[in-house]
Amino acid sequence: MNILGIYIDRPIVDFVILIIKCVVWIFALLTTFAYIQLVERWVIAKIQVRIGPNRTGPRGLFQPLADALKALFKEELIPTNADKLVFVIAPMISVATALLAFAVIPVSPPLNLFGLEIPMQIANVNVALLYLLAVGSVSVYGTVLAGWSSNNKYSLLGSLRAAAQLISYEVTLGLALVGVLMLTSTLNLNEIVDYQKNFGWIILPQVLGFILYIIAAIAETNRLPFDLPEAETELVAGYYTEYSSIKFAFFFMAEYINIITVCAIAATLFLGGYLSPLPFLPIVGEPGIWWFALKVFILIFVFMWIRGTFPRLRYDQLMNFTWKVMLPLALLNVLITAGIIIFFQPGAAQAFAR
Amino acid sequence: MDYGAFVEGLVFYLFAALAVLAALGVVIARSPVRSALALALVFLALAAMYILLNAPFLAVAQIMIYAGAVLILFLFVIMVLNPRLDIIGARGRGQTFVAIVFTIALGVLLIATLASGQIAPTTGKFTPEFVASIGHVQVIGTLLFSEFLLPFEIASVLLLIAIVGAMTLARRERVPHAESKRDLR
Repeated sequence: MNILGIYIDRPIVDFVILIIKCVVWIFALLTTFAYIQLVERWVIAKIQVRIGPNRTGPRGLFQPLADALKALFKEELIPTNADKLVFVIAPMISVATALLAFAVIPVSPPLNLFGLEIPMQIANVNVALLYLLAVGSVSVYGTVLAGWSSNNKYSLLGSLRAAAQLISYEVTLGLALVGVLMLTSTLNLNEIVDYQKNFGWIILPQVLGFILYIIAAIAETNRLPFDLPEAETELVAGYYTEYSSIKFAFFFMAEYINIITVCAIAATLFLGGYLSPLPFLPIVGEPGIWWFALKVFILIFVFMWIRGTFPRLRYDQLMNFTWKVMLPLALLNVLITAGIIIFFQPGAAQAFAR
Repeated sequence: MDYGAFVEGLVFYLFAALAVLAALGVVIARSPVRSALALALVFLALAAMYILLNAPFLAVAQIMIYAGAVLILFLFVIMVLNPRLDIIGARGRGQTFVAIVFTIALGVLLIATLASGQIAPTTGKFTPEFVASIGHVQVIGTLLFSEFLLPFEIASVLLLIAIVGAMTLARRERVPHAESKRDLR
């Protein structure tokens, strides 16, 4: 079986299954995106003592549908002096990279259907952890190109801020994950989940790494305390000021799918992925996709909560925070993890020395 | 025909064509930003080649370092400087001549190598089976921290020197109040 779950003796059947899986996952992600956005508006409304969307359908449940229709029927504008090709490509890069990242995440244990064992993730890549970082670093293109090609000073400022912010926080994001890598000594996400089945959730020895990852992930997804690239009060929405209609919706989609993905990564790496929090109980202890979904939703709720609570940082505070606080702490986390390995697993350290 | 070899050939020719076309795009594109974008496409196509060669780590590192870090900094510089197209298009005297000579020399070298038949594959210690039995990342990690430790450390010291150099160049001299005093006079 290769990484895409295709057996050499039945390539056609497995290929069809793979295509179906891709379609199902994209559909699921887009639906989740639409409703996460609605839930966020409810949650933020509660935090700010407002009512929130409640007009379209019962309790505002059809609001995402109305938003989608509105986005589709709005007039599409392209600025006269824009680089038209790059202007059109930029939102596509954003959405494509956001969807690509989800391909390697093990959302559930393999499924048995009609005697076929079907792995639920799309690709079981051996270097999945690095793949996620690589896709993340390519997604910067969408933001940077959108701002540049709009030929608008606020957009350019927004995209320059975005490039500097994303590159700086990527360093911390990568270093925060090094601790997980050191403990499990694998880059394969399935093997990392298996490790947690045997030794308990990684968040226990990696509290610092988890907190650093979450903060860096909020910055990477341009969420509120770190939303300088799109600060609407200073940059009129930054890099996507000139975008309208479905292209605007694409950036919106990319942002929320990225939130789902970073939360899914955190759930997989630190919170045991699809494993149950109470493995010793008879029915509740079964691993399954519902545990995964629950963990992801709790993390997304924390993201919303943070958005409703904190004010935006200033640009110099943002940069000082990552280079002078987050980065040293991430390095400290690597040292602590090395200490944990030597103290609790002397065998592992000796095997490494040999 | 063997199914695996067929798919491998298909993927190879697809990405080889993409790499060549994108490389042409780098040279032909008039806007420097589009040139940089075409270069990103070349890097992605090369990453696919590494995957075909059973080197997933190199493939991901290629995307992360070249497409994700180096090229983004190129874009950053291009966007901030916003170079005028007439300056980019202007060529120095003799540049065309030198370019033609080097292209012909490279072409002759390539054809001569292919014609001589001296590029038969040799099998070393690291066969796909051997690498798969240990793990690709593990093999690279072990080699990097044992046999190639010295070059690895020298490369990291070189990068550190580059960082310190960049910070020295970018640092503004802060002489307190010198500016304001001159303004008062």
